[in-house]
Amino acid sequence: MKPFTYERATSPAQAAAAAARTRNAKFIAGGTNLLDLMKIGVEEPDHLIDVNGLDLDTVSPTDDGGLRIGALVRNTDLAADRRVRKDYALLSRALLAGASGQLRNKATTAGNLLQRTRCPYFYDTHQACNKRLPGSGCAALGGFSRSLGIVGVSKACIATHPSDMAVAMRALDAIAETVKPDGATRRIPLADFYTLPGNTPHIENTLTPGELITAVTLPRPLGGTHLYHKVRDRASYAFAPVSVAAVVQKDGTGRLAVGGVAHVPWRVEAAEAALPQGARAVSARLLADAQPTAQNAMKVPLVERTLAAVLAQAKEG
Amino acid sequence: MDTNDLRVSRRGFLKLSAASATLAAAPPFIARAATTDDERAPVTAKVSLEVNGAPQALVLDTRTTLLDALREHMHLTGTKKGCDHGQCGACTVLVDGRRINSCLTLAVMHEGAKITTIEGLGTPERMHPMQAAFVKHDGYQCGYCTPGQICSAVGTLDEIRRDVPSHVTADIQARASLTRDELRERMSGNLCRCGAYSNIVEAITEVAGAGA
Repeated sequence: MKPFTYERATSPAQAAAAAARTRNAKFIAGGTNLLDLMKIGVEEPDHLIDVNGLDLDTVSPTDDGGLRIGALVRNTDLAADRRVRKDYALLSRALLAGASGQLRNKATTAGNLLQRTRCPYFYDTHQACNKRLPGSGCAALGGFSRSLGIVGVSKACIATHPSDMAVAMRALDAIAETVKPDGATRRIPLADFYTLPGNTPHIENTLTPGELITAVTLPRPLGGTHLYHKVRDRASYAFAPVSVAAVVQKDGTGRLAVGGVAHVPWRVEAAEAALPQGARAVSARLLADAQPTAQNAMKVPLVERTLAAVLAQAKEG
Repeated sequence: MDTNDLRVSRRGFLKLSAASATLAAAPPFIARAATTDDERAPVTAKVSLEVNGAPQALVLDTRTTLLDALREHMHLTGTKKGCDHGQCGACTVLVDGRRINSCLTLAVMHEGAKITTIEGLGTPERMHPMQAAFVKHDGYQCGYCTPGQICSAVGTLDEIRRDVPSHVTADIQARASLTRDELRERMSGNLCRCGAYSNIVEAITEVAGAGA
């Protein structure tokens, strides 16, 4: 690991200003993803700004009947929160489907949103990767791509976003609250937060340099049946080839997002209109522009079948 | 000039060959710009922790993980380094009562924290109930993963007591029950390559039953 200087942030605005002022600085919260990547030389910050001491670790009601989740609320605590379990059960389910007990105790809400891809070529510094080293190429395209993206992909990158939590939050229309280095705050709906790879896969979201996530807000409860169905190669502690987060109402309408298939939690609002017609119709619209590789073409039917399982479960209530 | 300097030993020759082979095999795009960054001197920082009830004031390279601080600086070698990437759970310790992977966190991030390692849970003469149950049920073979398994098990039972649900909890709004499936799911972050899993579950079940 490369040597780095270290400071403890004193306020969100101070942290953002320090990040903008210091060359090659990164925030560290849980650290479970960042340190993993620093050990193998994928991330090489010169300076770490430890935000763990900031007062951003509570879940509180918002004025419009939703919830504000502090950026530092640990995944375990968010999944266990009684309000989340009652009104946003798909979020609890998604969190509990991810990582291990130890990791969930450390991982934070904002850190989970900002997880890097688990594409094996991103992790291997001997391989070409436009995300890790822009312009170097994409070894995944002709390589082992079974776990990688099928939709919204580009010639430069077929990486997927690894988070389970973010898939549920995307379905819920969550909003990230941030503070910028000049102290200004803004609210970014998750629909506008993540970016497709295009020719710039090293850019993964719309945060500006130094901008710090302070909270994620959830809208007022939606009712309905909340489901998170994660398909994986082993029953626990594995990333998803495909996952579906859904809120389905009694009349068959609803909303959903799919994980494991794209650079972003994949949601197509137009596809949701087809929900009463069943999984095949929804899946066809969700994946209308899919460009799978030979190795991950199985994800196309897998999305439809996972959706079918979710809709069947929704009918049971 | 000492002529010895010109001599290349067989071992040295092999090293040189390996180095040039690596260079030849490396495609040009992975070459990192040689910057002065690579020569940046290590940075140290002070951190004070409480480990197994004893205060520890340390000056550490900022890169030092909590795991390496425990093992290399405090010589508490009960906590094991397995994968060093949060995948195996051998490094599990309790920080302020919660189980975490000590390999994926920096020591300097834990100013004022209370750390409990396997050495702090119990001693050979006075074992923690979880340690005694692992012995009784033969919850290990080689023993390398065992300190992490035991710390994780203690953390797991505390999480169930604190009403933390799991992936296999059927009713997310109800309190989780202490079933084998619950324990297996909650302990999935601790690998045991000897395959002592069934006995580990037996050991945890016994302690859970006694505490209920």
